[in-house]
Amino acid sequence: MAIYKLPYSDLNQLFAAIAANEKLYLPVDISEDEAAFRLWKEGDQMTKKLNTLRSAKDFFFPQVQPLAKFRRQGQTIEIMDDRTESEDFVIFGARACDVRSFDVLDRVFLEEPVDTQYQTRRQHSTVVSLACGRPGETCFCGSFGIDAAKAGGDVQAWHDGDNFYLEPLTDKGVKLIDSVSSLLTAGDQEAVDQVVEKIHTILARLPLAGLKPQDLRDKELETFNSPKWDELSSHCIGCGSCTFVCPTCQCFDIEDFKNGENVERYRCWDSCMYNEFTMMAAGTPRKTQKERFRQRFMHKLVYYPIKNDGMYSCVGCGRCLRKCPIQMNIVKVMKALEEEA
Amino acid sequence: MQEELIKRAVELMEDGTVNRVLGWQKGQFVYDITPAVFTSADELKENFVYNDFCGDNLSKYLKDETEKEGKVLVFLKPCDTYSFNQLLTEYKIHRENVYAIGIECYGKADVELLRRKGIDGILDVKNENGTLKIATIYGDEEVPMMEAMAERCVNCKSKKHVAYDELIGEDGEVLDSNRFDMVEKLEQMSAQERFDFWQGELSRCIRCNACRNVCPACTCEKCVFDNPDSGLYNKAAADSFEEKMFHIIRAYHVAGRCTDCGECSRVCPEHIPLHLLNRKFIKDYNELYGSFMAGAEVGQVSPMVDFTMDNDAEPSIVQKGGAE
Amino acid sequence: MSVKENTEFQPTIVAFCCNWCSYSGADLAGTNRLSYPTNVKIIRVPCSCRINPMFVLRAFQRGADGVILCGCHPGDCHYMEGNYHTRRRMTLLFSMLNYLGIESARTRVEWVSAAEGQRFVDVMDDFTAKITELGPNRRLEDLRCKKN
Repeated sequence: MAIYKLPYSDLNQLFAAIAANEKLYLPVDISEDEAAFRLWKEGDQMTKKLNTLRSAKDFFFPQVQPLAKFRRQGQTIEIMDDRTESEDFVIFGARACDVRSFDVLDRVFLEEPVDTQYQTRRQHSTVVSLACGRPGETCFCGSFGIDAAKAGGDVQAWHDGDNFYLEPLTDKGVKLIDSVSSLLTAGDQEAVDQVVEKIHTILARLPLAGLKPQDLRDKELETFNSPKWDELSSHCIGCGSCTFVCPTCQCFDIEDFKNGENVERYRCWDSCMYNEFTMMAAGTPRKTQKERFRQRFMHKLVYYPIKNDGMYSCVGCGRCLRKCPIQMNIVKVMKALEEEA
Repeated sequence: MQEELIKRAVELMEDGTVNRVLGWQKGQFVYDITPAVFTSADELKENFVYNDFCGDNLSKYLKDETEKEGKVLVFLKPCDTYSFNQLLTEYKIHRENVYAIGIECYGKADVELLRRKGIDGILDVKNENGTLKIATIYGDEEVPMMEAMAERCVNCKSKKHVAYDELIGEDGEVLDSNRFDMVEKLEQMSAQERFDFWQGELSRCIRCNACRNVCPACTCEKCVFDNPDSGLYNKAAADSFEEKMFHIIRAYHVAGRCTDCGECSRVCPEHIPLHLLNRKFIKDYNELYGSFMAGAEVGQVSPMVDFTMDNDAEPSIVQKGGAE
Repeated sequence: MSVKENTEFQPTIVAFCCNWCSYSGADLAGTNRLSYPTNVKIIRVPCSCRINPMFVLRAFQRGADGVILCGCHPGDCHYMEGNYHTRRRMTLLFSMLNYLGIESARTRVEWVSAAEGQRFVDVMDDFTAKITELGPNRRLEDLRCKKN
């Protein structure tokens, strides 16, 4: 589709123009170390950091989400639906990995039975992605066929230092571009190609560039029974860092908060690394950390691909590589399983 | 240093003193080091690593390791030896099943501090006389080690090994560190400023429980926050109360047992300065009940379970400004 | 008949009282027909050292505006040393709450013996007045189930 151009220095005007119509979320620095998506307000600058600590899945699948309230009055119980229809909003500057993660989540939440909360948020969102100018050593999105230079979404964007280039990819994207067209001029494909070319050279030099996931779909049982899991999981401390920073982890729990006459029911993220995950009357089905650790990686590399035509539920964002307290991550697991095969 | 450790570990395995080694394992990058158990000389030679990024405190793993058959060799940095002693005090480690080698430490680097400087795409880091020479995909960088050092190491409390069977390298002294400076700074703020500070920090908590699970003092079989019957059970902080609740209780429960090893702050994905909560308790009981360092000796009585009849301050001093 | 609505702030105060001294002190206040503010909700505990920091925090979570612990005077504990432990624990807990910016006047420990009915009333009057002055607890509040 057509490419539009904007001088980099006018970026804030673009943000203001978008924010005038709908809510705009932008990755901004929240501390020296981390960036996060925040509602844009005048004066906010887009972060120069590679990526946000928390992934963009928060927009569609927030960590805590109220579902319903129950209030008892005398003999009656009043039930209040806490779910709300989403307003239109724009996510600006999502990276290719996070954009792909929406596809992964869609296949879970938009399958029957459809998660209406998730669906309404997805329908009301417009995703503007941004190509990665400076990928880090922990990036391996290429392993899952993701191109960090063409990030996808409703509008994809690049910048080459002087100019910002935007290319709408969907109807929603076209609508967004139309709404701010007074700021934009026609861009040239050549300039974009140069940026893409430059990014591709960097991507080829990344230490994890050659990493390819194995197709384990017909080796489900062998992988499950692999002796490697003992060693890999032996020092896992069973925290949920990897799960909670992961853009594709989608397990949740439903809990009630009770206060006298009132109950609030909410949904919150859960982690398969926790020992009380999927706790039942008969106890937990995965009694050791090895089983829990294995579950997480089997889900990402085997179970999910089996159900979804070979699509992995890892997008190579590298957040778990940066955040695991003991540095045991999906790349080490992939390599260990490959060694065995 | 690394070669020396491997050599000694191989010797001890060969002469039958130990049958395995708890140490640090190489990763894909120079900094992603995993704690691991090595069972052969070949494994050690191939994968054992000791460098500026070996920050993991290995003592907590001894809780499970010493339950197993045979003696395990462990390498302990000075601050790890305090945790080791504290675990011994609480009868969490079988001392007879461990052979501890104390190793010297001049502070560990934190890769996040390099990233803070905008250095990314890190391929290799070499320490040459206190300067880190960093090779990245975007070119070479140089950073003085002091600037890349974790906060807990900049404010190192002790270079002294308080427990070991054997020492490799020099033993140091307990240091006069500035570790309470930030606590004091917070104490001098107004209540509103302190509230805003902590609200800003704790609201970033994602409740991953890494701080709790990595902590050598957190050794409960079942945590109250994991127990659906405790009334405190939650998997995510649903509102700002629960963020505070978790961190107050976590810090309180390890008070008097926390050796200030700083693992909680190291592992926090959100960089919440959790050590400032622990240090507040340490500072308070040092000031109120006399100097106490958890883990300095085996069998010490913590001020949290001790009392004096006549000299203890009344809780009202908090309002009068005594422990503020 | 219309009831005049009281719009003034009425704090909720949780008082943990030890069974042997302070609870009996409250009892004595009752038998002497002394009255103390109705804002005070007493929870009887076997000893003041039974009170875990979590109890204090949970009281705030569930809507308390002030929490007061009452136990035997130091030296008079029914279990010999329970209140000495309370003294240290609560000093450190209150100091931590203060460090987090939570008003230190919302928490208090008082020693009230079984013979001090009048003192119990005085303590509760004073504490209730202080909390009323401070206003509703906002910094350690759980907003769930309250919003509407």
